[in-house]
Amino acid sequence: MTTEPVVDGRSAALERYEAVIGIEIHCQLKTVSKMFCGCSTAIDGAAPNSHCCPVCLGLPGVLPTINKAAVEYVIATGFAIEAAVAPTTRWDRKNYFYPDLPKGYQISQYQLPLAANGRLTFDTSEGPFTVRVRRAHLEEDTGRLIHDELGGRRVSLIDFNRSGMPLMEIVTEPDIRTAEQARRYAEELRLLIRAIGASDAEMENGQMRVEANVSIRPRGREAFGTRIEVKNMNSMRAVERAIAYEIERQAVAIDAGETIHMETRGWDEARQSTYHMRPKEEENDYRYFPEPDLPPLLTSPEWLAEIKARLPELPAARRARYREVFGLSSYDADVLVNDAAATSLFEATLEAGPGLSPKHVANWVTGEYLRLAKAAGNGGLVVAPEMAVLVKLVADGIISGTNAKEVLAEQFATGRSVSSIVAARGFEQISDAGALGAAIDTVLAANPAAVADYRAGRAAAVGFLVGQVMKATRGQANAVMVQTALRERLGKAE
Amino acid sequence: MADLTRLHAHEMSRLLRAGEISSRALIEAHLAAAERQNHALNAWLVIYRADALAGADVADRRLAEARRTGPAALAALHPLCGVPVGLKDLVSVKGGQATAGSKILAGYIAPFDSTVTARLRAAGAVILGKTNMDEFAMGSSTEHSAYGPTANPWDLTRVPGGSSGGSAAAVAAFHTPLAIGTDTGGSVRQPASMCGIVGLRPTYGRVSRFGIVAFASSLDQIGPFARDSRDAATLLHAVSGHDRRDATSAPIPVPPELLSLPATDDEAAAYLRGRRLALPTEYFVEGMEPGVAARVGEAVAAMEAAGAKVEEVSLPHTDYGLATYYIIAPAECSSNLARYDGVKYGFADRSSGEFIADYLRTRGAGFGPEVKRRIMLGTYALSAGYYDAYYLKAQKVRTLIKADFDAVWAAGFDAICAPTSPTVAFPLGARTEDPVAMYLSDACTLPANMAGLPGMSIPAGLSDGLPVGLQVIGAPWSELSMLRLARAYEAITARATWRAIEPADLHLTDDPTTPSPAERKTRRMQGASAKGSGGQA
Ligand SMILES: [Zn+2]
Repeated sequence: MTTEPVVDGRSAALERYEAVIGIEIHCQLKTVSKMFCGCSTAIDGAAPNSHCCPVCLGLPGVLPTINKAAVEYVIATGFAIEAAVAPTTRWDRKNYFYPDLPKGYQISQYQLPLAANGRLTFDTSEGPFTVRVRRAHLEEDTGRLIHDELGGRRVSLIDFNRSGMPLMEIVTEPDIRTAEQARRYAEELRLLIRAIGASDAEMENGQMRVEANVSIRPRGREAFGTRIEVKNMNSMRAVERAIAYEIERQAVAIDAGETIHMETRGWDEARQSTYHMRPKEEENDYRYFPEPDLPPLLTSPEWLAEIKARLPELPAARRARYREVFGLSSYDADVLVNDAAATSLFEATLEAGPGLSPKHVANWVTGEYLRLAKAAGNGGLVVAPEMAVLVKLVADGIISGTNAKEVLAEQFATGRSVSSIVAARGFEQISDAGALGAAIDTVLAANPAAVADYRAGRAAAVGFLVGQVMKATRGQANAVMVQTALRERLGKAE
Repeated sequence: MADLTRLHAHEMSRLLRAGEISSRALIEAHLAAAERQNHALNAWLVIYRADALAGADVADRRLAEARRTGPAALAALHPLCGVPVGLKDLVSVKGGQATAGSKILAGYIAPFDSTVTARLRAAGAVILGKTNMDEFAMGSSTEHSAYGPTANPWDLTRVPGGSSGGSAAAVAAFHTPLAIGTDTGGSVRQPASMCGIVGLRPTYGRVSRFGIVAFASSLDQIGPFARDSRDAATLLHAVSGHDRRDATSAPIPVPPELLSLPATDDEAAAYLRGRRLALPTEYFVEGMEPGVAARVGEAVAAMEAAGAKVEEVSLPHTDYGLATYYIIAPAECSSNLARYDGVKYGFADRSSGEFIADYLRTRGAGFGPEVKRRIMLGTYALSAGYYDAYYLKAQKVRTLIKADFDAVWAAGFDAICAPTSPTVAFPLGARTEDPVAMYLSDACTLPANMAGLPGMSIPAGLSDGLPVGLQVIGAPWSELSMLRLARAYEAITARATWRAIEPADLHLTDDPTTPSPAERKTRRMQGASAKGSGGQA
C-alpha cells in the first residue's frame, strides 16, 4: 500500500465516512486457581509447563470442574455493566485443531453467556457516550506456541502454563464510531474490572487483550462496510491510534476504488500502522455444542444477591459522590477516580484527617501528588497520614503553599515524615504576634520614607514593607499576619 | 482346595477373611489361568503379574492384621480386599497403559489413577491387568481393537460381544471373578449377554468417569462384570459414589445393602412376590433369534410363576433410539477424540515437518476405520447448517425416549424386562463389513443409555449352546432393586441344568496350538471353515 494515512488529529475521512466499531476484550481473571483444575494461576515468570496437570493438559479421561470464583467475577462484571445475568448458563465446546489447544476444543460459552445486554457510559471529549455490551462470558485460555531454533533446526515448542487460565470475554454491539470512543470504552471497562477486582487488566502483559472490528460506510448509508479485525494493540494509546489509522486506511482505499476484503490486521507499534496478518474469507466452523462434561450452571437468586451485595463502589458512582458530596469539580473527580492510587490516597487522607476540606485534599492529590507520581513512574512513598498532616499544616497557615510543595517532594522521595521535614528545613511560619511585632518595629524604624508614603495615601507602599519583613524573617513570617499587623500599626497615630 | 478360579468373589472374600486361603494363592491361580489361556482368547492386553502379586501381599497383610485385631476390623475391610479384578484398557492406572484399544494411544502411560482405580485400591482389590476392547469403545464385537479380536470362550470362532469384550471373556473364562467395563450403548450388557455372565450399566452419574478415556461423555457409564448378581453388587459398591472431580457424578448415597444381597435362595426368591415387571412390545421385534425370544420368554414366565406380575407396555420412541444414538454418540466422540493429535503423547507421525500435515498423518494412521467413520459422522452432525437438523433434533428425540421410560415408572412398574441382544454371539468377521448390522446389535440396549437409566444383563440360559441374556432396565438409582430382582431370578433358576455348564470351548484354550482369535478371523475371512482347527463340531 502506497497511501500514507494521517493518524494525528481529526481525520478528514470522518467527514465523508462513518466508522462502525465493535470491541472484544479478553481479561485474565484474578482467581487463585485455573478455570477447570486446581493449578495455580501464578504463571508469570514461571518455567514453561511448570503449572500444568492432567486436566489442563487434556490427558485421556480427565474432566473439568468449575472454578466458582471465576463465575462470580463475570457475574459481578455483568451487574456492573447493567447486564442481565442468566438464571441458567451453559458451557459449550468450541472445536478446532491447534497444537496449543490440548483437548482439541476450548470450553467456552456460546448460546447462554453468563451476562448479556449490558451497557457502559463514559465521558469523551464530545460528551458522555454509551456503548451497548452484547455479552460477557467465561472461557479457558490456550497454551502458547514458542517458535525457536534447537541445534540448528527450527522447532515449535509449547508452554501449557496458560492453558486453562480463566478468561472473561466482553463483546460490544457495533455502537462505537470514533477511535477515541473505542479507547475511552476500553479505559472505562478496565477501571470497572479493576474496581471489582476481577482482573489486574494490565495490557502490557496480556492480562487484558483488546480487539477491534472496524468498518466504514459513507455517511448516511445504513449497510455496514466490510469488517477488518485489528489485533496486537498493547496499550490504550495503541487502541486509539490503530483504529484511527484503520479508518483512514480504509477510506483512502475506498476512495482509490479498492475493495476491502475481510482480514485480520495487526498493529505495528514501531511503524504506527496496521499490517495484514491473515485473510478471513469465512467464519470458521467451530462446531459448537453443549459441553457434556459440565451440567448447566444454575445461578440462584440468593447467590446473585450475594454477589451484588459484595460489589464495591463503581467508578461512575464514585465520581458522582465526589462531585455531589465533596463538591469536587467534574475534572477533579475524574482525575481522582481514573487513577486507583490517587483514589485510595484521597479516600485515606480524608479518613486520616477528618476535619480536612475534601477540596483541599483533592487539590493536593490531583496536583502535586500526581505530578510527582507521574515523574517518578510509580506511586511513590506518600502515605495518607502524612498527606493529611501536610494539608492541615497548609490550611492552618503553619507552612506556606510553596514550602509545602517542597515538603511533599521530599516526603515522596525519602519517605520521611512531613513534620520532621518541616522542622529540619525550618519551614514553620512565624505566626507568633510578639515575634512578628519585633520584626515589624525594626522594619518600620528602618524605612521611614515608605511609612510616609503609605500615610500620604500610597497604599502600595505596604507591599514593600511586607517584603522587608519577610526578608528580615528569611521568609518564615506568616505573610497574611504580617500584612494585617502592618496595616494596624500604620493606621495608628504616632 | 478346589480350583480357586471357580469361586465367586463373595466366596473368595469369606475364605480370605477366615484365613483359609491367601490372596497370593488366589491371585497366582488367576494369573496362571490368564497367562495360559490368553493366546487363544486375547482377552487381556496386558497382565500385571508383579504388581498383582505385590497387591495380593498387601491385601494378605491387611487381612492378617484385621484378623488379629478382631471381628470389627475384619468387617471394616471391603469384601473386595484381596480379590482379583480386571480393568478395561480405558481405565487409567497410574504408571500403566491406557490404549482404549487404539494404536493412537500406544505408548501413552497414564500419570494418574482414575477414580474407579483409586476406589478399587482403597477397597484392597487386586488389579490383574487390562482387557481388550473395541477401539475407544466403538463397536459391539471387540473386533475393532487395534490389538486383535477377542474370542468367546463358549465358541472360539465367535465374538464375545463388545465393546468390553475382553472383560466379559476374562470373567466368563474364570481368569477373574470381576472386571470393569464401560457401557455407552450396551458395551457392558451386550458382551455380558454373549458371554453368559452378569453385566450392569449403572445410572448415569452413579460412577465417576474421571480417568476413564471418554467415548461419548453424556452416555458413558462404568459398570461391573461378574458371574453372579451378588458379586456385581459388591463391585458396584466399591466403585460407586459422588466424585468432585466429575461434575456429572451425582451426590446420591451408595446403598450399603449392595453388600448384603440375600445369601439363601429362599430369601432371595421372595423378592419377586408382587413385583410389577413391564415387557416392552417394541423390544420383541423381527430379526430377533427364536432361541433368544424363547429364553427371555421362559425367564419372564419363571418370574411370573414366582409371584411377579408381568404386563406388556409400549415404549413408542424405541425405533428412533438407534438413529439418534448414532448422531449424539459420534458428535461427542468427534470432539472427545480431537485431543489425539500426536503432539503430546501416544502415536505420532511427524514425518512431514508441518503440523497440519502431521495431524492428518497421525490421525489417519492412528485411528481404525470404525473410529474414523464415527468421527466423520459426528463432525458432519455438528457442522454449521446441520446442527439443528441432526444434533439438536436428536437431543429432542432423546427427551422423548426418556419420557417413554418415565411413563413406565410413573405407572408403578418395578423394572422393564427385555432381551439384551437380539442374537447370540455371532461369528468373528460376520458383521465387520456391515456397520449397520453391527449397530443393530445394540438396538435393545442403547435406549437405556439415551435415557441415562441403569440396565443389566443376566444369564438366562443357552440357545444352541450359546448364552442368552435377559435385560433388566430400572428407574434412575434403582440398581439395588435391579440386583435384588436379578438375585431372585438366580435363586429360582438355581437348579437349572444350564447353570452348571461351563463355556464349551474353554478347554481348548489350554492347548498352546489353538489358534489366536486373529488367526481364526483371518481364516474365516479367507473362506476357511467356520470352526477352524479347534476340532470342535
Ligand atoms: Zn491444571
